[in-house]
Amino acid sequence: MTSEAQATTTFSAPSGASPGWQRLRSAWFPVWVVLRREIRDTLRDWRIVVPIIVLVIGFPFLANFAASRGMAFVNQYGAALIMERLLPFLMLVVGFFPSSFSLVIALETFVGEKERRSLESLLATPLTDLQLYVGKLLAATIPPVLASYLGITTYLLLMGLTLNWWPPLSLLLVSMTLSTVQSLVMVSGAVIVSSQSTSVRAANLLASFIIIPMAFLLQAEAGLLLFADYTALWLIALFLVVVNVLLIRLGIRVFNREQLLGRDIDELNLRHALSVFWKATWPRNGLKALYTREIPAIIRGMRPELLITMAVILVGGLTVGVWGMQHFPLPVEAFGMAEIQDIETIGSMVTQSGLLASFSPWAIFGNNVRALLIAGGVALISMGVLALLLLMAPIAIIVYVVGQIGGVGFNPWLFLAVSVLPHGIVELPAAILATAQAMRMGDVILSPSAEGGGLDGILREIGHFVKLFVCVVLPLLLLAAWIEARITPHLLLNFLGR
Amino acid sequence: MIEIEGLTKTFDALVAVDDITLTVRPGEVLALLGPNGAGKTTTVRMLSAILKPTAGYARVAGYDVATQGDEVRRNVGMLTEAPGLYSRMTGREYLDFFGQLREIPTPERRKRIHELAEWFRMTPDANQRAAGNHKGALDRRLGEYSKGMAQKIALIRTLLHDPPVLLLDEPTSAMDPASARLVRDTIAQLRNDAHRAIILCTHNLPEAESLADRIAIIRQGRIVEQDATPALKARLLGPPLMEIRLAQASQNGVVALIERTIASNGARVQDAGDSWVRYSTPDPAVTNPAVLQALAASGVAVMTLSEVTQSLEAVYLRAVEENV
Repeated sequence: MTSEAQATTTFSAPSGASPGWQRLRSAWFPVWVVLRREIRDTLRDWRIVVPIIVLVIGFPFLANFAASRGMAFVNQYGAALIMERLLPFLMLVVGFFPSSFSLVIALETFVGEKERRSLESLLATPLTDLQLYVGKLLAATIPPVLASYLGITTYLLLMGLTLNWWPPLSLLLVSMTLSTVQSLVMVSGAVIVSSQSTSVRAANLLASFIIIPMAFLLQAEAGLLLFADYTALWLIALFLVVVNVLLIRLGIRVFNREQLLGRDIDELNLRHALSVFWKATWPRNGLKALYTREIPAIIRGMRPELLITMAVILVGGLTVGVWGMQHFPLPVEAFGMAEIQDIETIGSMVTQSGLLASFSPWAIFGNNVRALLIAGGVALISMGVLALLLLMAPIAIIVYVVGQIGGVGFNPWLFLAVSVLPHGIVELPAAILATAQAMRMGDVILSPSAEGGGLDGILREIGHFVKLFVCVVLPLLLLAAWIEARITPHLLLNFLGR
Repeated sequence: MIEIEGLTKTFDALVAVDDITLTVRPGEVLALLGPNGAGKTTTVRMLSAILKPTAGYARVAGYDVATQGDEVRRNVGMLTEAPGLYSRMTGREYLDFFGQLREIPTPERRKRIHELAEWFRMTPDANQRAAGNHKGALDRRLGEYSKGMAQKIALIRTLLHDPPVLLLDEPTSAMDPASARLVRDTIAQLRNDAHRAIILCTHNLPEAESLADRIAIIRQGRIVEQDATPALKARLLGPPLMEIRLAQASQNGVVALIERTIASNGARVQDAGDSWVRYSTPDPAVTNPAVLQALAASGVAVMTLSEVTQSLEAVYLRAVEENV
């Protein structure tokens, strides 16, 4: 045993290495050490390796068999195109399955170590939070991505050899990109779940919040593949890249070695939870204080979300609307402007469009309330992103319709002023407020407890959402619905009369 | 080497560590004793910069645990309460992994692993080598290790980078007597290093007494007693207790004689039987010869006069009970 303390030995760099290289090496070497250990550990676990092998080798055979039988069946009716369009979808599925199974690796990343009580000794090393997180993230990412590629390669080889089907390069590129970014998004999400969960069981339960949206996305991709709409698929890939960057950034921000060890029990204290929710929801000092202090305080607290919401819906809505205008112009007849002679016709046109059951203030109100409540719900599982998209959609539709109106000879600004502005001036702020608060609820899920996150934080923000919704959004939506049903049609008739 | 001033840690409403102040000098071993949940592990986690203090200040090997966590962890060897090994790695791979994270150059790392493995008897012995078995415990998967072996590997991991500060949480738990003895010898040897400070958390009180220079007793997050063991005993259990055993039983007047003799020295008879008397005295060097002289002068034959050993357990229980 030596007696001299020599704790700060440094790792030797190659001779002649520059200080920059040494810094880079000393920053990345621990990441590499963690990554290598994790990968080696994964590859030694037969419970992970065997199913992945089955999925990357066995499943492509099954997909190939289904494709061959399907092809033979549709060929009997001369509908080979249907199957040809489904073959790329099978390729995506073959890539998706092994990567979704590999989620167990990502879900175990932190919380598994915590349960096996090996985490503390790792946290006691000089690894920085960033090095530890990045090392674990990469280790959880590489196996699913490789498994996904391997599955797709096996499938393609089988398809080429048995059906002589080779995908065009553009399709292959978009499919591989989608498989990669889907795996990355799932893993990034799962690593966050793992670093914030108290047990593997809790992490597995939360994993459904990753798998379910991705499964829906896969179905959407199937539809796009059926129509061979590769541009939309590239847009989805781009969207997933953005989501992935956001997830990685969030994961690093909320990663906290202290909390990894600090929280031990999955205990739900219902009384405490209700008390937090109630305090955030119920007005504390009467109606006057509610509107002069409490609600302004909530709105002040969500200033960043308000700014993001306004920026995204305006820029996104305008972009999508203008893009739609340019790509899908409608013929003049589509508007049926000549048919609009009275209020009843407007009402029946709206009901025939399927947007509303009846053209009344209550129907409009009910529809808007439902949409904003859905936005609130989906915000919780998408960090607020889906709430933004939901609000962006009507803005894009308005831009699209107004643009088309301009194209058929009407004054688009005047149309906007009479058909949207009167109720929009009331409805839009209500929708922006609800969406911004919905986004805040999504944000708070991934915030550390020390920064207002955790279960208390979520319940508090849901309480604020309820308060804002009942006291501000609902009255505004009611007013907007009344204007839309009772005043806007008259203005529209006058506009058409001009 | 370790300076703690008003260190406090709270988890929501729970105060896990409450305003503790301690110093461990280089070359010193401090035993941190306390019931389960007293705050020992939380203290050790703060000292190894895993947890951030809520209030107060701690400096370890010259670095602030709140602001220089990476440097603190570089200079601390922490033996965690549970070995927490990676079951699919071999012992050698495991130690190599931690050696790399500690940035120990490869040749030195291998040498250190070999030295420590030999010290802890984890390499094949001469008989095994003669039988052609060159693979020791180090080359077996950690999942196959017994609890004691796992603890040894964890201890090697802790000592691998030869840290100037050691935080040892239950180092001999789950070990067989021979291995526990080996670990105690190791700690005793490490203590000889004048540059190293050690904090030892343990429930094994004889171990603490034999290894530690000072004892700190923690209860409900607060340090309720801290001092060198003899001083703690004197403070909590009173002055040393002496026992005289007489050659013959039932000798009348002996107790009264001893009481008269020791009264002027502030000593008191505590208990007596047919052939024995126990008295406590703050100054045995003065009292004991006087008692022996008086008994000899009275013709009472004395068989033995000795100090009654008062265990650290008694000190610990008194400290914990007094502070309930």
